[in-house]
Amino acid sequence: MRKYVPASEVNENITWQDIAPGGEVPEGGTSDLFNTGDWRTMVPTFIEEKCKQCLLCFPVCPDSSIPVVDGKRLDFDYKHCKGCGVCYKVCPFGAITFGKEEK
Amino acid sequence: MSIRERLSGNEAVAFAFKQINPDVMGAFPITPSTEIPQYFSQYVNNGEVDTEFVPVESEHSAMSCCIGAEAAGGRAVTATSSAGLALMYEVLYVAASARLPITLACVNRALTGPININNDHSDSMGARDSGWLQLYSENNQEAYDNMLMAMRIAEHPDVRLPIMICQDGFITSHAIENIELVEDELVKKFVGEYEPQEYLLKKENPLSVGPYDISPYYMEHRVSQAQAMKNAKQVILDVSAEFAEMTGRSYGLFEEFMMEDAERAIVIIGSSAGTAKEAVKQLRAKGEKVGLIKLRAFRPFPMEELGAALNGVKAVAVMDKSEGFSACGGPVFAETRSACYGQPEQPMMINYVYGLGGRDVRVESIQYVFERLTEIIENGTTGEVYRHLDVRGGEYSGL
Repeated sequence: MRKYVPASEVNENITWQDIAPGGEVPEGGTSDLFNTGDWRTMVPTFIEEKCKQCLLCFPVCPDSSIPVVDGKRLDFDYKHCKGCGVCYKVCPFGAITFGKEEK
Repeated sequence: MSIRERLSGNEAVAFAFKQINPDVMGAFPITPSTEIPQYFSQYVNNGEVDTEFVPVESEHSAMSCCIGAEAAGGRAVTATSSAGLALMYEVLYVAASARLPITLACVNRALTGPININNDHSDSMGARDSGWLQLYSENNQEAYDNMLMAMRIAEHPDVRLPIMICQDGFITSHAIENIELVEDELVKKFVGEYEPQEYLLKKENPLSVGPYDISPYYMEHRVSQAQAMKNAKQVILDVSAEFAEMTGRSYGLFEEFMMEDAERAIVIIGSSAGTAKEAVKQLRAKGEKVGLIKLRAFRPFPMEELGAALNGVKAVAVMDKSEGFSACGGPVFAETRSACYGQPEQPMMINYVYGLGGRDVRVESIQYVFERLTEIIENGTTGEVYRHLDVRGGEYSGL
């Protein structure tokens, strides 16, 4: 049995002996280890007071960056949101604004 | 007791696939390998196997289908030739680098052009750097035996590389010869089930296959793949030894034929080795010290072993059934000469590119080559190293 180095411990010091064959990743949820939200140039903002919890927004998010808990959406997961703006387009209540991200 | 039969090379491979009963075959017909999926689809239709047969629309899709199936945790096989293998080219590399031990029956045929459907090795030789294991077969028996060993070698945890079992188009694939088959139960026991440690459909532990690899990691993955190819040499020997115990038929990385005390030798691959052995026997009967080495494994290349086997031979002709267009010789020659470099008594060596597009190679052709080796020894120099055999306007062995 091959013992894989856990994804959380893989970094640029890993040797060819330890690296997973073919670059395969034998565990789930590893996107949590990476901040891909920093690719973003545009950003959506959640205005909770205007939200009716219709939940039209979360299924259209291509990056699963709108967490839903107990039937209610929460604020954006900015660690993974790429700022595509699809959620802003579908929101019927103006509960999502969309603009240039200030860094 | 083994089963005595009469089968063509294609029938033998299809029969091996039936005995192995793989999970998936993705295949597209192309001469001369067409019969393999054709016969196999009959086994599927008759319910003799429970393989998922996927008739795809191109060879690129055939290999992609195998990649998906193998990554999912299944055992996938395909068959192809010539332009079909060429169309798989991109995904051959994907299969190897994703470390998916797919099995491919390659029925060797020339590549265009001019358009030709007959045998030479330019298809599989063109894929020699793709990371696939390559075993070559002299006849239908070897094509069958190699196929029974293929998955054991490819799927070994130290290897995990796809494997090509090559046989010569028409000469082997369509000629019916006697063959000894292994009983179904013994085959099933020998080949076993494919049990990868991780696979896509293992629901308790999700797996990602084929991710994007950035420069700080890519080279480590390539070295790990290169090591797998090195490991394959020992695995081929181990599996072959186990196969010999079961059948009495022994295979190594290459076969040495009358090489003891040989002063002149040829290195050759595939069906022409049968013709060449006859030439060697006839010359030996006249007292000439000649021998032959038939390569079985071309990937991994048995560099050290071949170098040692040729050490001390006075003159060697390396036979290439593909024109590498390197302007200095074919691929078998390049690697064989490299294998002899640094040997204490390295032989003088020439290359003959021969048999392209089905050009017949006769016993006389090989004897002609041995005569040239005699000249080389007498003259003490090789002369032109890069030669073509039996070509009008060039070197022609008669008739």
